[in-house]
Amino acid sequence: MQRMSEVEIDIRQLSYRFDANRALGPVNVQIRRGERVAALGASGVGKSTLLALVAGLKSPTSGEIFIGGAPVRGPSARATLMLQRPALLPWASVSENVALGLRFNGLARSEPQRAQARVADLLAAVGLADRADALPHELSGGQQQRVALARALAPQPEVLLLDEPFSALDIPTREALRADVSRIAQKQGATLVLVTHDIADAVALCDRAIVLGGNPGRVTADMGVGDEGVEYLTEALRAA
Amino acid sequence: MTDAIAHGNAPIAPAAQDARSALAIMRWLAPLAGLVAIGLVWQIGGLVLAHDPRFAAFTGFAPAPTLAAFMRLLGSGEAWRAAAPSLARVLGGLGIAFLIGAPLGVLFGSVKLIERALQLPFQILRMVSPLSWMPIAVLAFPTWDGAIVFLIAAAAVWPIVFATAAGVKRIDPAWLLVGRTLGGRGLALVHRVVAPAILPDLLVGLRLALGVAWIVLVPSEFLGVTSGLGYAINDARDTLSYDRLAALVLLIGLIGAALDALLGLIARRVSWTHAH
Repeated sequence: MQRMSEVEIDIRQLSYRFDANRALGPVNVQIRRGERVAALGASGVGKSTLLALVAGLKSPTSGEIFIGGAPVRGPSARATLMLQRPALLPWASVSENVALGLRFNGLARSEPQRAQARVADLLAAVGLADRADALPHELSGGQQQRVALARALAPQPEVLLLDEPFSALDIPTREALRADVSRIAQKQGATLVLVTHDIADAVALCDRAIVLGGNPGRVTADMGVGDEGVEYLTEALRAA
Repeated sequence: MTDAIAHGNAPIAPAAQDARSALAIMRWLAPLAGLVAIGLVWQIGGLVLAHDPRFAAFTGFAPAPTLAAFMRLLGSGEAWRAAAPSLARVLGGLGIAFLIGAPLGVLFGSVKLIERALQLPFQILRMVSPLSWMPIAVLAFPTWDGAIVFLIAAAAVWPIVFATAAGVKRIDPAWLLVGRTLGGRGLALVHRVVAPAILPDLLVGLRLALGVAWIVLVPSEFLGVTSGLGYAINDARDTLSYDRLAALVLLIGLIGAALDALLGLIARRVSWTHAH
């Protein structure tokens, strides 16, 4: 059972200005450790930008983001990202793609056996143990996205950021990948933040949803996602 | 429907199989036919020279004396003695062109402002014949070898710059984005993501650069050096040894083609673009 009392992601008075006409914030959100939060809202409201800010890929105009109590000053493997496209390195094998973060953090060099075991475990967890030596183009879209999931989880991030990772997949593949994400992230104790347009993704994977709306984009609804989640979320999205 | 058809393994009709075999044989024979055609043109040229008394001194250019001289070049070791210094100069020039051109290409391809600033001057410099630098090279370098290596580098740098820049522009931004969130920074990101991403383009640039360098080499070696293929050509001309001169031309072509094939082979082995 995960400890869910401690705050993992603390977003304080966060603002980001896209241009003269569009802005995000101020946004204040606290996400507990191990929590799974979906961010929903209309296109262009700033959901993916919020994710990029948490990942440290963009700098806020004002405000602060803390992960595990430490301020976010740039990208780091504490919060890894899974995108809509797998974006695998086409020249590297499946196992080399998964090991990328372990090469960057030095584990592949300092403890090669541990790194190899970690890659093998993750590939087994996503059902691709027998494709370790394959190149990305030899895999289906769903398999490639599974490799991207394993790659994002390999450095054991505290936070896994998911930017519409299921949107390009067919329904059976999408459901299978959602199950993989849910199972492996729970096993690792990672906090999940999912940006999606699809309420079904939010309900299937998350226990909380925040809805962004307006300009500047703000949190217009923040709710638990239970059995009646679809109805509440649909209403909240309409209101946003 | 038979099992074979259902599984996409339908038996090939004998006529179709024959046509495929014939096509495969023709593919193998085509390069040979090209060489035979060139040989025929050469032989006809030789016969024309032999039958015109005005060109009697040039009969050494015909295939038979050329091939005999070529075998003597190989047998006596003169081929290697002439080619080794040339290869060293080309390698030196290409190395310098690579060390300057690859980082410049990365900058050129990745920083818009630098591209805007350097596009016009680079295009102007690129269009200057490398041999135009010869007088400056002779003044600027204390040795003939230095001047030749400079001329080769001046010719070879541009294909490397532009091919590298094209490779950098083709990098998927998502690779860098993901790499950064996985903790990739600076040189580690360059080593794991940028370098392999641009390698196929870089090798294309290097192959083009090799071609240019090999072309520039011979006239550059007409400068004061006393070694190399260009010097050997000059020497053969001065001693009226036209069979040796033609054999050296053949040698230059063969070495150039072999180097190009070698780089092409390496490029094919490391290239990932066909799979992407």
